[in-house]
Amino acid sequence: MSDDSFYESLEEIAPGHTFLGSNELVLNMGPQHPSTHGVLRVILKLDGEKVNGIECVIGYLHRGIEKLAENRTWIQFGPFVDRLDYTAAVSNSMGYCLAVEKLLGVEIPKRAQYLRVILTELCRLASHQIWLGTHVLDIGAVTPLFYAFRDREDILNVFEKYCGARLTTHAFRIGGCRWDAYEGFAKEILHICDDLGPKIDEYKDLITGNRIWLQRTKNVGYISPEDCLAYGLTGPLLRGSGVNWDLRKAQPYSSYEDFDFDIPLGTAGDTFDRYIIRIEEMRQSIRIIRQAVEGLPEGPIITKVPKVIKPPAGEAYVSIEAPKGELGYFVVSDGTAKPYRVRVRPPSFINLQALEKMAKGSLVADVVAIIGTLDIVLGEVDR
Amino acid sequence: MSDVPQENLPQPAAEQAPKPAAPAAAAPAPAPPKPVAVPWECALVEGLKSVYGPGILEAATYLDQNYLVVDRSVCHEVLSALRQQHRYTMITDLTAVHYPKDPLPFEIVWILYSIPNQARIRVKARFAEGEEVPTATDQWVGTNWMEREVFDMFGVRFAGHPDLRRILLPDEWTGYPLRKDYDVQLQDSIWVKKNLGIESGQ
Repeated sequence: MSDDSFYESLEEIAPGHTFLGSNELVLNMGPQHPSTHGVLRVILKLDGEKVNGIECVIGYLHRGIEKLAENRTWIQFGPFVDRLDYTAAVSNSMGYCLAVEKLLGVEIPKRAQYLRVILTELCRLASHQIWLGTHVLDIGAVTPLFYAFRDREDILNVFEKYCGARLTTHAFRIGGCRWDAYEGFAKEILHICDDLGPKIDEYKDLITGNRIWLQRTKNVGYISPEDCLAYGLTGPLLRGSGVNWDLRKAQPYSSYEDFDFDIPLGTAGDTFDRYIIRIEEMRQSIRIIRQAVEGLPEGPIITKVPKVIKPPAGEAYVSIEAPKGELGYFVVSDGTAKPYRVRVRPPSFINLQALEKMAKGSLVADVVAIIGTLDIVLGEVDR
Repeated sequence: MSDVPQENLPQPAAEQAPKPAAPAAAAPAPAPPKPVAVPWECALVEGLKSVYGPGILEAATYLDQNYLVVDRSVCHEVLSALRQQHRYTMITDLTAVHYPKDPLPFEIVWILYSIPNQARIRVKARFAEGEEVPTATDQWVGTNWMEREVFDMFGVRFAGHPDLRRILLPDEWTGYPLRKDYDVQLQDSIWVKKNLGIESGQ
């Protein structure tokens, strides 16, 4: 191979990173790499084990969801949002329904709000269980994956009984919920709550004190609170750096103001703190679910909305605290039955951008830990 | 064959399982009044108006959400002032909406949040076809990918952006899918054929 063609091919695999120092090399990680949690490609510029440059290549899963929205009616677009963050489909559905309800100016019945809270918090538990299992697996501990997936099964069973689907649930409708709680709903969920507390202790016992785990996560992937805001990071990443901001408290939606719960905060802004926060969030979710199930009001579950939804012309931005951060929908209506524009503000896409900041200067093994702690889902990054 | 036992004859289909009870609907509420945008008056708006005067085209509240429409010549100054003087330090989102019939077809929307003020604000400005939008990456590094996405989907260029390339679509793709004149089934068939070796990506 002549020198020229060598440099040309280098330009092809790593655009912008061809000016290598004499000790540097380019390592291509992904898009088919088990620790990238999907089709994320990361180009690393390495000096030995040290990461000198990093670039994400995304878009392998781009399906043009926002374009599809403009060619469907408001109601027809409902099931599409489940395909964004498919590990937390219920949250996506919640955000979209709230956004359209905001445009319509309808208030949904209390019982529907409580049902939504129960299901989205269960969904947060399921999402955090996937995160825990895969994140820990990336770092080399295999056992917690099986524990987490075993326990997630109970939650998926609830979704299945509630709406017939386990993953892409399309659980809610514009104006409320399509289904009421099934028989034995409260009993089953309270049973899961009772069960899961000791199981979370089990996860913690397996992981927290482990010396390898501590060395792989303490002081790895640090990000300062100022950088978090400038990058627009939300969710556990922001709270891991000690910023007390959770949309469920800051701008309560769907009756979150009725429930008593705490926002776990970190101080160090590293991977370990974010791990502790997500574990603690699972406990808080259990608290919220318990209160919502016990206080589930009687009454209708859906408000009267027209068969063909035509929100008055205008726009609104509505966001919720999804398991991964702030999930927002910027919806624009021109008064017809089809959305004029639906913009999804995906937490994963915006959080992933900070990978460069967090991983530059660390070791190549830390990149794997940092991708895990970002908790991304490529369906949502690429849309 | 007249004495075929009746039991062997095809029986009418078993009674269908009872359908799940239809969800109880609330009593029909009177149609909610049509929301209107009301002028947004506060110290922040007064302050901005005193500095930028006619640059602030509109300040209003719609559905309890505050927004500012600013002229494109001052949009970067307004954003900087919001971040540095009014503590809107958190960038939530940056996106665009295409209005092809308008002389200024691209509406760029910045969504900011202020944790100390517990407030969200939308800043909007309209730009002409081919016109460059001043980048906000000097204020919030996080707008880097958001601006790349707007460029990728709408073809709006950002002046001063450090690395303005396509982000979700392949670099060689032609066309900007979220423009209104881009059909939902349209694709860059030359790119698809060259890179995927198939006639169609459908």
